[in-house]
Amino acid sequence: MKQKNVAGSILVNGFAIVFSALMIIPLLLILINSFKTSLAASDMSLAWPTEWRFDNFQVVIEKGKLDTAFLNSLIYSAGSVAICALCSSMAAFVLSRRRNKSSKWIYLFFVLGITMPINFVSLMKVMQVLHLYNTRVGVVLLYAALQIPFTIFLTYGFVGKIPREIDEAAVIDGCSPIRLFFSVILPLLKPVLVTVMVLTFLNTWNEFILPLYFTGGTDKWPMTLAVYNFFGIYFKDWNLICADIVLTSLPVILVYFLGQKYIVSGMTSGAVKG
Amino acid sequence: MIEKKSYPIYFIFGALVLYVVLCVIPGLIGVGYSFTDWSSYSDEINFVGFKNFETIFSPDENYLRYLTNTLLFTVFTTFCKTVIGLGLAVLLTKKIRGLNIHRAIMYMPAVISTLIVGMIFKSILNPQAGLLNEFLRSVGLGSFALKWLTNSKIAFWSVMAVDIWKGIGYIMTIFIAGILAISPSYNEAAEIDGASAWQRFTSITLPLLMPTLVVTTVLNVLYGLKVFDIVYALTNGGPGYATEVLYTGVYKEFSLGRFAVGTSLSSVMFVFMLIVGFFMIKIMTREEVEE
Repeated sequence: MKQKNVAGSILVNGFAIVFSALMIIPLLLILINSFKTSLAASDMSLAWPTEWRFDNFQVVIEKGKLDTAFLNSLIYSAGSVAICALCSSMAAFVLSRRRNKSSKWIYLFFVLGITMPINFVSLMKVMQVLHLYNTRVGVVLLYAALQIPFTIFLTYGFVGKIPREIDEAAVIDGCSPIRLFFSVILPLLKPVLVTVMVLTFLNTWNEFILPLYFTGGTDKWPMTLAVYNFFGIYFKDWNLICADIVLTSLPVILVYFLGQKYIVSGMTSGAVKG
Repeated sequence: MIEKKSYPIYFIFGALVLYVVLCVIPGLIGVGYSFTDWSSYSDEINFVGFKNFETIFSPDENYLRYLTNTLLFTVFTTFCKTVIGLGLAVLLTKKIRGLNIHRAIMYMPAVISTLIVGMIFKSILNPQAGLLNEFLRSVGLGSFALKWLTNSKIAFWSVMAVDIWKGIGYIMTIFIAGILAISPSYNEAAEIDGASAWQRFTSITLPLLMPTLVVTTVLNVLYGLKVFDIVYALTNGGPGYATEVLYTGVYKEFSLGRFAVGTSLSSVMFVFMLIVGFFMIKIMTREEVEE
């Protein structure tokens, strides 16, 4: 019996290691090759670099215009995170607290947006009419709007768990609605807000379709598109492409490790009834 | 009664305006435009009835292939992600060294941009120098070293495989949460009664995991129908039309200035999604209903 357990344990551990390797090798491949010379990286192998080229990163930042792209990505991500989190939590708060039928319907109307596909063609028309086409503000608002349904869905459930007695106590003490929300409710929503902000940030940083459709020139492109553009021009210099990929992915990997707990709780809430 | 005064309706205006103007209205007028001949070639927009849909569903055009490809993608990736994701979740809820490291690594592809994943695999699947074919040759399986992304027979399968690689960690994570929510006492009792590991999986874990399974399926289906990124990044629909899906089709029509056909394709999707969305909402809001 004991022998069987040991064999089973080795088998199970072996499986886990093989699968983890399958997941991480493609990522290691990029990291390793980002330090090689152009010639050494041309066959994109897992061999350790013989000559370490740290200046690849500097070259990429200059040639790939990564400074502008980084700034764009930051504006899009930070802007949409702020707008989406604020608008959604305010709406979720009121919709969850009002117990009438129409609030319920408005909530469902929002949640339906989670599945709704974007019609890029007619959205283009709307963007042009609103003079938002080819503007950074337009892209920020779009990202915020598209992520409002899921964010409302997440925060709505959370608001329901905050006891109403807290509101009542605050109102009796003379709190205005705005003060009630910003100084009483918002601090209590912190856990779900962090989740929402981390998720919105990651989604926006990784996305590239909206800027592809709704910006006219490369000067408004985020890092993901800049790296793709770079890939088209320097397709022979895999070391530079890898360095570009590393720089573009660094922020999300960092946010992932810092906010892992929140990402998992956000991704699984609603999915698992615990 | 603090209802009305303390929960002012204007709190929802910000979210509502953004959502209606940038999501709902484009969706609705998109359906309207799919009955016109809107294009970049002429300023006039005329009503043409169901002509665009006739074009899409006519066997002489390639659009039907976009639809069947999208459906194939949805069914195949949903199936694989569910089976492998569930297997990994069971594996990673056992006593394993470095459990959290394994979980973190397997989730990692999910946080990296699809565009970047596409570029990574363009290198790995390169027929000459790519890591996969180099590996196959080194272990004597050189005959399996194929042109993964340029052979029209296998390109779509390669795309789906890469998508499964990227998406599996997410599904696995949801399954892990589902398995951990099952009270361990059931398994302990069954073990005392002499149930084998397989029996415990099929008679305890799987039935109790059904709600989670429904949710992951809905998520996978929604993702599959909307897929664009991974196809755009790996093959951009080629070779020929072999890997074209609905959304890459929309993008192509859009770039060619054939707005009406593009928006009609979107409308077909819109109808699909409303049906899926209806079920999705039923599932996602079941908690409140039961309370």
